[in-house]
Amino acid sequence: MNRLGELERAIMDVLWEAADPLSVREVSGRLTDRDLAHTTVMTVLDRLAKKGFARRERSGRAWHYRAAESREAYVTELMLSALDQTGDRQAALARFARSVSGTEAEALLRALGALGEGAGG
Amino acid sequence: MSSAVVILAAVATGSIPAANALAYARWPRRSPATAIVLWQGLGLGWGLATVGALLGIGAFGNGLGVASGALARLASLTRSGALRPALTLISAIQLVCLAAGFALLATLCWILVAASATVLRARQRQRMLLNLLAHGDPKVPGALVVDHPAAAAYCLPGLRSTIVLSAGVLALLDDDELAAVLAHERAHLRERHDLVLLPFSALLRAFRWAAVARRAQRAVALLVEMHADDRALRHRSAKELATALLRVGAAGGGAVPSGALAAIDCATDGDVTARVIRLLRPSPGLSPAARVLTGLTAAAAVAVPAALLALPLH
Repeated sequence: MNRLGELERAIMDVLWEAADPLSVREVSGRLTDRDLAHTTVMTVLDRLAKKGFARRERSGRAWHYRAAESREAYVTELMLSALDQTGDRQAALARFARSVSGTEAEALLRALGALGEGAGG
Repeated sequence: MSSAVVILAAVATGSIPAANALAYARWPRRSPATAIVLWQGLGLGWGLATVGALLGIGAFGNGLGVASGALARLASLTRSGALRPALTLISAIQLVCLAAGFALLATLCWILVAASATVLRARQRQRMLLNLLAHGDPKVPGALVVDHPAAAAYCLPGLRSTIVLSAGVLALLDDDELAAVLAHERAHLRERHDLVLLPFSALLRAFRWAAVARRAQRAVALLVEMHADDRALRHRSAKELATALLRVGAAGGGAVPSGALAAIDCATDGDVTARVIRLLRPSPGLSPAARVLTGLTAAAAVAVPAALLALPLH
């Protein structure tokens, strides 16, 4: 992962953990293990807003940022697009194994177990 | 040119029953890589022959080759009205065929571009999300892990390719089975199986009503998986791979909140079973002679229509 990607990730983590929208200064303050210029944090927040991961709203004279969706929502989106194998999705991502019915899988797993170690190799 | 049109039309119509036969044949499972080459030849041959036959009928009678004749006919249509030949029933049918030929050619090119664009967009979204959410894990070196209880394992092909596993899969499989999953996915990425599948998925998207397009796409998708299984067997045992397939398949992503998935899962029930049975009871691959013959057939399916299209035959 490149440096910009790492920063985006760290800043999203801050936004996800925050209960309320944060100003750029507040975001900088919570990135405790990094010494970042104010403008750098602002640029990354701006990028995140452009990509749709962060929303910004004006509060007084400063912009405040919050995560557009919860972390869980994004994880669900990732998994759904991975498991949905219709048409184009299948071309975009190759999934290891599609579903097989529980009873069928159990029967075959039993057959596998009966083969014992090393057989079928 | 008449014989060229007849042969093109024969290849165009013949490739449909040939595709159906290939979709139902058993031998492709013995040598998936060889069968994939035949599918590619058949698909490209069908496209060339169908476009060629339509253009050939449209350009019939001007003494040129199919492609040059069709272009000459197109050029003559743009000439001023006074020089245009009178419209008869035959020339009207020819015009329709000419238009259909160019339209099909444009459609085939367009669906490939559109499908590629959709795929690239979906992958870019995945990369952005993975960048924010995924992390590495010492159990699966080189792969990314997403914290979700559903069992999912997939690869994201491209220049910066990635293998993605869910926390659910990590909990479900032991180390040997995980290694088998990684070996399978690495084969997909190394051999760019996504590019093999793309034209067939694009064709299905454009001709959703055609049963043969659906059969072709499904057959090629399954063959690609079987080929990646074969590659994984170079590094891992069949038992490890089969167990991993069954465990992941049975878990089926049931924890993902979506009603839409159930219907899809039913439709593809047999695929994992077919792969497992193939791993447990391996049949010998095709003989070298049969493989060469299949390769030559694939080459001929492309070369014959291409030559008839391009060369000024009479």
